[in-house]
Amino acid sequence: MTMNRLVSSRVTQLAALAALATLSLTACGSDPNSANASGGAEPGSSANASGLGCPAGKLSGEGSSAQANAINEMIADYNAECGDKATIEYNPTGSGAGIKSFYNGLVDFAGSDSALKTQAVDGVVEADKAKERCQGNPAWNLPMVVGPVAFAYNVDGLDKLVLNAETLAQIFNGTIKTWNDPKIAKLNPDAKLPSANITVFFRSDESGTTENTTKFLKSAGNGAWKDEPAKAWTGTGEGKNKSSGVAEATASTKNSITYIEWSYAKDNNLSMAQLDSGNGPVELTGESVAKAVSEAKVKGTDNDLSLELKYSDTQKGAYPALLVTYEIVCSKGLAPESTAILKDFLTYFSSTVAQKKLPDLGYAPLPSDLQSKVQASVAAIQ
Amino acid sequence: MTATTTDTPLALSRPSGVRTLKNALATVFVALATVLTIIPLAWVLATVIIKGYRLLLTPTWWLQSQRGITPRREGGGAYHAIVGTVEMALICAAIAVPLGVMGAILLIEYGRGTKIARGVSFMVDILSGIPSIVAALFIYALFITIFGLGRSAIAVSFALVLLMLPVVLRSTEEMLKLVPDSLREASYSLGVPKWKTIVKVVIPTAFGGIVTGVMLGVARVMGETAPLLILVSYAVGINFSPTSDTMGALPTMINAGRDQPPQFPGYERVWAAALTLIIIVMLLNLLARFIARATTLKEK
Amino acid sequence: MTDTDATEKVQQEHTAADDPSLSPVVDHTEAHLHSPVPTVLHHEHHEPAPAPTPARPAERAPRGVKLAKISRTGDRVFRSLATTSGLAIVLLVLFVGFFLLALALPSLRADQDNFLTSRTWTVAGNELRFGIAGLFWTTVLSSILAMAMAVPVALGVALCLTQYLHKRVSGPVSFVVDLLAAVPSIIFGLWGLTVLGPFLAPAAAWLISTIGWIPLFSKSVDPKGSVFVASVVLAIMILPIVIAISRDVFTQTPRDHIEAALALGATRWEVIRTAVLPHGRSGVVSASMLGLGRALGETIAVMIILTTPPQGAPFTPSIFAGGETFASKIANNAAEFDSPSKTGAYIAAGLVLFVVTFAVNAIARIVAERGAKS
Repeated sequence: MTMNRLVSSRVTQLAALAALATLSLTACGSDPNSANASGGAEPGSSANASGLGCPAGKLSGEGSSAQANAINEMIADYNAECGDKATIEYNPTGSGAGIKSFYNGLVDFAGSDSALKTQAVDGVVEADKAKERCQGNPAWNLPMVVGPVAFAYNVDGLDKLVLNAETLAQIFNGTIKTWNDPKIAKLNPDAKLPSANITVFFRSDESGTTENTTKFLKSAGNGAWKDEPAKAWTGTGEGKNKSSGVAEATASTKNSITYIEWSYAKDNNLSMAQLDSGNGPVELTGESVAKAVSEAKVKGTDNDLSLELKYSDTQKGAYPALLVTYEIVCSKGLAPESTAILKDFLTYFSSTVAQKKLPDLGYAPLPSDLQSKVQASVAAIQ
Repeated sequence: MTATTTDTPLALSRPSGVRTLKNALATVFVALATVLTIIPLAWVLATVIIKGYRLLLTPTWWLQSQRGITPRREGGGAYHAIVGTVEMALICAAIAVPLGVMGAILLIEYGRGTKIARGVSFMVDILSGIPSIVAALFIYALFITIFGLGRSAIAVSFALVLLMLPVVLRSTEEMLKLVPDSLREASYSLGVPKWKTIVKVVIPTAFGGIVTGVMLGVARVMGETAPLLILVSYAVGINFSPTSDTMGALPTMINAGRDQPPQFPGYERVWAAALTLIIIVMLLNLLARFIARATTLKEK
Repeated sequence: MTDTDATEKVQQEHTAADDPSLSPVVDHTEAHLHSPVPTVLHHEHHEPAPAPTPARPAERAPRGVKLAKISRTGDRVFRSLATTSGLAIVLLVLFVGFFLLALALPSLRADQDNFLTSRTWTVAGNELRFGIAGLFWTTVLSSILAMAMAVPVALGVALCLTQYLHKRVSGPVSFVVDLLAAVPSIIFGLWGLTVLGPFLAPAAAWLISTIGWIPLFSKSVDPKGSVFVASVVLAIMILPIVIAISRDVFTQTPRDHIEAALALGATRWEVIRTAVLPHGRSGVVSASMLGLGRALGETIAVMIILTTPPQGAPFTPSIFAGGETFASKIANNAAEFDSPSKTGAYIAAGLVLFVVTFAVNAIARIVAERGAKS
């Protein structure tokens, strides 16, 4: 046998082996049995208060990463309740990308930290494009997850820090440069504030959390924050990638402060500042956030529930720095199979059972009157 | 007449002091360079292995997907991601390798010094600088915005081709350049057609180097995250279809989990996925070397 | 003469003379004499049966060897395949370039700042003001630093693997080095941020304290997310490419050049300097250019490591400052490409990278070719 033939037979043997291996690889994987996943709800448990229909099929969503933790747990729990009949996917690529994918027809619903814009931005009106996607029917913004924004700091020996929106705005835009600035000292008469420079960390990737924080700073900051709220940070500081980058930087850099989702601040054991909105310092808890959400006005019409949040002059004991994530859905016009799963899943998501799980994850549940409005809107989806 | 040559033995002297010093310095530098390379390599590998090995020892890691698992929960595996990564890389290689090898053949065998060869070379130079995100944006704009197609794995493969092509082409080109002309000439002189010379003489001679280039390219595209994020997102369930829907892959599995704090199970899965990727590339590498050694023509 | 006779004759001549004009081709484990010709001849020569031994040899003059008609179809097909691939590549790159340019032009026209010299980047809303000066500086600085660190080290390692180490050792060692190419870039980003950054912080602090008066090394706020750390990580990432290709190139150094140098009494370094390096120059340059391309285009690792400066921050040339490269800026904001003008601005930035890479490659090629000619 000549060299070439020997070689080519060797190569073909190898190729055959590789092909065989690949084929067997494709045959042997499977999905984990959701009943085995620890922490998942028992299938068919008595908590199934709303009587889920559990249709089969596929549902895909995309958008805000602020609600990613919440919605992932909800999907897993829903699947556990329903025996894995449906495949639901949510990709936390960012609010803007989610809305874009939604009105381009790539996904069935979007998760966004701000409602669909009704004004033209660069020649595009989000609400109109979404309407197009929904075959001429309006898209609704359904608030589902309330995520408080914590102001996490790292200063040695400072257990309690009280700030208000104006001071925060001035810290974040560089007007206040050191920790022992008189404005901070006024709010914290008993604290020992170091004379060190304040290091601010912000999100270098475009983020809905940035947008909502700047909305809060602008509306409650008494004119201290001059820039328009935007997903890109316009203040001072050092930019880090993603919430985990910001959390890690704050945790490891002395005399630093940042704005970050409550769940990340909790999970990374960061100290959080208390907010004084005119009625005394308020700590960030589920109840204080719920109080603030209950003051939000619904500015959407009919079943569209986009909210106008109240950032200042809030009632006593309310923590107003928060963001609400909407699930943006077609009121009508989505494929029937996906619509069935969407309705069922959102029914579960807005149920008391599910909302009760949110504080453990670092979110706040919807206040009950808003919750019933959301449930009504979900039921009205066709 | 007697010869009067003195019979001095050949006095072999050692090289001069300066030359010996230079030689010693070179040896030190080379040794230092190797150590400098091994240190970060060992460090990175150690980090990945220590943080990720535990999950790889369980069979569920290799056989289950992440469906129904969230970062806060234990369980599931990387099967969906392994399948996705291998599938996308294979499709990419199926396009990039023939294109790259034939392109290199054009440059070296058919077009040395010609205008078309210079044009192709120029273009490949430009292509080698494309950031992975720009390649992804191009494919996004073309496939998803203009053609209106949805997300798919094959779109990713096309974007990855743009990244793999220069590596394959350049390394093949260098290897073909190194094949001595005398081999080609000997073959021609025996009446072997040019194309057969290339296929049976030149390529087998350069085969080992070509395989190295292909492996470098595959290793690079398997680890790319940006095109995946934009073009195929991340799916936690199993999806074999390259033309429809989202698909999981190891780099995006890592990306999906990296935002979590270290105390959750999802964090360990990030490192386990990284270790899985390294092992897969290593296996492919071994396979390639084996093929190269088996097919390199040796002396009879 | 029969076929086999001819073969054997050629074979004998070959092995007997140990023909120096046939430079041995080396595979990666051992150096072997390479003789494909007899094999080829044995397979492919379609010479018809030799002229039959005439019954009456004296009657006919001996005919010459009848050469077979060399088929031109195979050649034509193969050549057109190669040309098609080449054309496909050219068209592909041109298409990518023009497409991206078309996407970027509207934003470039609407840009109210000078694209090349401005450091601001405001692309939201209707007033576009963006410029790539800051991005250019960080990208070029980090890539040059990475190359400066990686190329000499890679050369050293490639030489070690091919010239210094015994072949049995160099195989496994080069396999281990190739593992570096297998690590995904996102892991390099995470590792760089959490492990390497804190490790290099004291070194950075020391450098700042000793030579901090040079603007390049001046103090900055967060040395963990600095261009310095990113450059080191980039250097580690491009090492495997440069090492692998250089190693292959050095292995192919003609054996007789090396032996000739040795015969003249050269030390090992002198052998390398005179025989190995000149022969491998173009290959090393190619390898470095591929490494540079990788460094310029690396997205995720740089995005994770680098600290982004706030808008309107004053320019600092320090390598211990943060910054954004073209790729990391695009990646950080890719999720929010709401509008064509915004997307166009980022794509314009990406296109600049094309130009930069091409320019560097062109210069390197000219340098390499000029060196090869001399």
